[in-house]
Amino acid sequence: MAHLAVSDVRAKYGTLEVLKGVTFSIGKGEIATLVGPSGSGKSTVLRALMGLTPVTGGTVEIAGERMNYSSAREVRAARDRMAIVFQQYNLFQNMTVMQNLTLAPLKIKKWDKQQVNSEARRLLGLVGLSDKADAYSDQLSGGQQQRVALARALALKPQILLLDEVTSALDPELVNEVLDAIRKLADEGMTMVIVSHEMAFVREIADKVVFMDAGQIVEAGTPKEILDTPKTERARDFFSKILRH
Amino acid sequence: MERILEQAPRFFSGQNLTLLLEAAGLTLAMTLAGCLIGFGFAFVLVYLRQTPGLWGLPLRWICILYVEVFRRIPFIVVIYLVLFFIQTVTPDASLFTIAVIAICLYAVAYTADIIRGGIESVPVTQIEAAQAMNLSRLQTNLRIVLPQAWPVIVPPSIAFAVSFIKDTALVSQVGVFELTFRGKELNNQGYSGILVFGTIALCYFLLSFPLSMLGQHLEKRLGTPRGERRSRKIRHT
Ligand SMILES: Nc1ncnc2c1ncn2[C@@H]1O[C@H](COP(=O)(O)OP(=O)(O)OP(=O)(O)O)[C@@H](O)[C@H]1O
Ligand SMILES: [Mg+2]
Repeated sequence: MAHLAVSDVRAKYGTLEVLKGVTFSIGKGEIATLVGPSGSGKSTVLRALMGLTPVTGGTVEIAGERMNYSSAREVRAARDRMAIVFQQYNLFQNMTVMQNLTLAPLKIKKWDKQQVNSEARRLLGLVGLSDKADAYSDQLSGGQQQRVALARALALKPQILLLDEVTSALDPELVNEVLDAIRKLADEGMTMVIVSHEMAFVREIADKVVFMDAGQIVEAGTPKEILDTPKTERARDFFSKILRH
Repeated sequence: MERILEQAPRFFSGQNLTLLLEAAGLTLAMTLAGCLIGFGFAFVLVYLRQTPGLWGLPLRWICILYVEVFRRIPFIVVIYLVLFFIQTVTPDASLFTIAVIAICLYAVAYTADIIRGGIESVPVTQIEAAQAMNLSRLQTNLRIVLPQAWPVIVPPSIAFAVSFIKDTALVSQVGVFELTFRGKELNNQGYSGILVFGTIALCYFLLSFPLSMLGQHLEKRLGTPRGERRSRKIRHT
């Protein structure tokens, strides 16, 4: 059974329909990557899943539970099961690394304080930042901030982790430290939906590649199928352009 | 000039000085009480103004209307409105209370716009990150937005209070015994106007200058990044 099943999801910015019925699914512990040209709606898929862009139609099932985003309560239920990491990290500027990690587990999930703290320290260790617990984000490099953002998302113990181009704001030499952290999560069996332009990474980590264009899914399949032998003209066009450089 | 020199010893008598000191205290108390309470209400107003959804619409309109109306009325008119309104409701309200209420009403309208500007200066991505974690609107405001908006809000709010210290002179019109009122009184007793109002002017300066300095200090402090602020504190201790 699919762990995440997105079916016919639609989303609008004002009157502009940005997602025109998006359908895909992944099993537990699997990784789907969304690829496609700029403006095709990849970020909007993740934002819609988190209820940050209003969902105007379709359904989402997480571990067999159906959410349809029609009320504030349903949106909260969806947010309770997923966590998102943004391209620009979006760490809370007024808080230390540790406070960033523990805020929601303590105040929203209301988990035990000692467990939350020790889990936060474990996660900082996982992303290689044990010594930065008391730093503010303006004292960290981009790669470090992004790893904190990853740890912050994991501290929520999400059933599904959403990553939106988490390396594209980073200097090239910082990309790998973040990718390494994601590889570790994959090894731990985290279910993820990843938007990425790093095709080598996509090929390595994805169980499923979803190619989007103009708010729709054009093709989906294994990395080999989609990256090496795309069936549609649009996908061939896109990959020939980005794989060339 | 001779008259001033001749009057000076008598003018700076203990009795007059106590009178002026009391008046200065009253001026400061009125301004601070009015501005602080007003500042608090302004937060509530700004929060209500953000109420989402259709049923929040009338609320949003009332908040906007309040700010737009009070920013367009001269302060002296607000004072008289409050005076006559309060006196019909509770005839024995003290003039001090009336003055504080008037200052408060006025301060809400002005600081609400300062607060709104501060809140809007916080990137919307910070709010989205909070929403994605299921923080409520109130939690997001209190824990994420306001702490970051503070450096933008505090300096102009203090500047507003400082400038209001002198504007409170207008409440002497309804007979509150603040600085300007006492000045007029002493002047009527025959003391030289230059002597009296020179002293009063000095009093206003002495009241507002320290507050300005505090504002500048906070502005500088809040302007430094958090990391540096903290490490500097560590170096001091
Ligand atoms: N806040 C917004 N208001 C209006 N339209 C928006 C907004 N954000 C995105 N859009 C539009 O929605 C469409 C999809 O945007 P989205 O950000 O999902 O694309 P993307 O595939 O993530 O692109 P990129 O690779 O550049 O990040 C685009 O046409 C974009 O112009
Ligand atoms: Mg995007």
